[in-house]
Amino acid sequence: MFDGLFLLPVGLDWGHASPALWLWLALLASGLYHGVNPGMGWPLAVSAGLMDKSPRALFRALWALSAGHFLATLLVLLPFAFLLVLAEWQRPIQIGASLLVIGFGVYRLIARRHPRALARIPPTQLVLWSFAVAVAHGAALMLVPIYLGLCQAFELDAGHEAVGALMKASLGMAVLVSLVHVIAMVSAGGCLAWLVYRYLGLRFVSRSWFNLDAVWAISLVLVGAVALAFNLAS
Amino acid sequence: MTMRPDPTFHASPKLAMEAPAENFAYTLLLSPDFSKPDALAVIDVKPGSPTYSQIVHTVTMPNKGDEFHHFGWNACSSALSPLAGHAFIERRYLIIPGLRSSRIYIIDTKPDPTQAKIHKIIEPEEVFKKTGYSRPHTIHCGPDGIYVSTLGGGGEDGTNGPPGVFIMDCETFEVLGRWEIDRGPQTRHYDFWWNLPRDYMVTSEWALPPQFENGIVPEDLLSNKYGHCLHFWDLRARRNVQTIDLGANHQMALEVRPAHDPVREYGFVGVVVDTTNLEASIWTWWREGGKFHAEKTATIPPEPAPKEKLPPLLQGFGAVPPLVTDIDLSMDDRFLYVSCWGTGEMRQYDVSDPRKPKLAGSVHIGGIARRTAHPNGKAFAAGPQMVEISRDGRRVYWTNSLYSTWDDQFYPEGVPGVEVMANVGRDGGLELDKDYFVSFPDGYRAHQIRLEGGDCSTDSFCYPSV
Repeated sequence: MFDGLFLLPVGLDWGHASPALWLWLALLASGLYHGVNPGMGWPLAVSAGLMDKSPRALFRALWALSAGHFLATLLVLLPFAFLLVLAEWQRPIQIGASLLVIGFGVYRLIARRHPRALARIPPTQLVLWSFAVAVAHGAALMLVPIYLGLCQAFELDAGHEAVGALMKASLGMAVLVSLVHVIAMVSAGGCLAWLVYRYLGLRFVSRSWFNLDAVWAISLVLVGAVALAFNLAS
Repeated sequence: MTMRPDPTFHASPKLAMEAPAENFAYTLLLSPDFSKPDALAVIDVKPGSPTYSQIVHTVTMPNKGDEFHHFGWNACSSALSPLAGHAFIERRYLIIPGLRSSRIYIIDTKPDPTQAKIHKIIEPEEVFKKTGYSRPHTIHCGPDGIYVSTLGGGGEDGTNGPPGVFIMDCETFEVLGRWEIDRGPQTRHYDFWWNLPRDYMVTSEWALPPQFENGIVPEDLLSNKYGHCLHFWDLRARRNVQTIDLGANHQMALEVRPAHDPVREYGFVGVVVDTTNLEASIWTWWREGGKFHAEKTATIPPEPAPKEKLPPLLQGFGAVPPLVTDIDLSMDDRFLYVSCWGTGEMRQYDVSDPRKPKLAGSVHIGGIARRTAHPNGKAFAAGPQMVEISRDGRRVYWTNSLYSTWDDQFYPEGVPGVEVMANVGRDGGLELDKDYFVSFPDGYRAHQIRLEGGDCSTDSFCYPSV
């Protein structure tokens, strides 16, 4: 299951596998991006810390937010991990995934309303909240092209392996991608939450909150488009 | 949609207090005999301005007989809720329900309060059809839209089914539907407010429409048939989790004022009259060990008065009941202002210890028997009623009308609309400002006040003051 862990050092080897390197960097960047976006929850950690007058409550909230985000990412990547077994279909799968991401981005651009159902989740259920927010806003979907690219870079989609081994490797990669993304996310969001909690003060919450809706939707379209371009070119 | 949160949204009550002071006060005007359309007055409250304490703009409605009462903003500091992610709406539209007509007006206050205009009108039929409720009252901006409490259920007289809360979309102002999933024993309604991060709502009870629309019904009051319960709700689950009966003699539990700081799990409610002794009372409610509790923490006695000074309704009692008809809590949760509409007094209680309110200040103005004039010499009909506090807590504004038909019973000589303001000392104490005295056009009475950029009965917060 965790075979993917062994692939990480290979990916970070500057000597070769440069497409993989860029993909790992893109994965880290997506994590940082999601982490600093207030919509993904860092202000909740600040609120929790202040409400309970304890830094531990802040870290508990960060933990819950990470768990929800991780589960959402994994849930979205899993179907693709299974699909990769169909090795000869890998190109249509990648093109389809790119189109899906682009389509969702375009949908977010047109339908700018936030799903009202999210407001029904009680503040005590942060894992569920983080999970639902990541799914509803396409945060997890944004990682699909990166994930598929990494699988391709490490030839997990090659037809020369047995189905069982292939499945194990692609699932491992899904877990690894989700983990790396969430660690990057919680590092960025956690730093911001801690800085606001400890040093910057609550004024920073409203000052730093930019409307990222359009940027977010465009990011989805861009990620999908870049992946599509690579797929069509290869 | 904006790129940044509205500058009038504040993460904590403390930040709201530090924000620039209000320049305008919006006040609802009603025509008590329904001969003229109701209106929204925009008053200049900027000290030093050449039009200070004057009406600088009026939005007159196209209908008659709405009976304006309470109103509220489409969005407030609650938009900064880290759970909601709705931070990019503007505090721009005033939602004004007609309590008698069930019609709702949406007023656009941009680009400038002096150019406020009607943006949308929601006809009563839409409210009836989509909610089964009537007679909309209190407005609060909440996590999934604008919350509106109602005083009536369905049918001509509003008694077909219990009243409740409904939700409107905060951008399109479409009526979405009923809020409650399980109302428990709740059958009457008045005010409501909440603690957003602690996820509870509190609602109170006035009366059903036949008990107020044509005036107070003395037999109903003396047989304790007006509201006397507080209901506590799970806000997101939309369920009544607890009902506290204050005792049937505690008639009309009206304004609910939770502490603004969400760490503080307590609040207050005012009771108009105790039918055993005509006393008014302040109750403190709080949550402890997962349960809500309430106790009477302050009482205000009636004042004896000769029969000739009393309206027919009160002559048999030989006394003026204080009639606490509105209360309001300062942004720092330190001072509770209590309107004694009957005796003509505005009281200021220090509620630093919420279960031991201490009288810290008081001014007399108007009153059934006292009839105290304003320090500038002008008459003030009726008594202090709807009260609003500036965010910084330094100025307290109030008007004098309660409700068209009730005004006539308690103050048969008439209630010309007036708005006054008192300055608050650093450590409490109240003094009426000689220069602030707004008279409204003939034939209009004045009800609730809303201050530009938010006030103490509008904004709710998701972060504590630190």
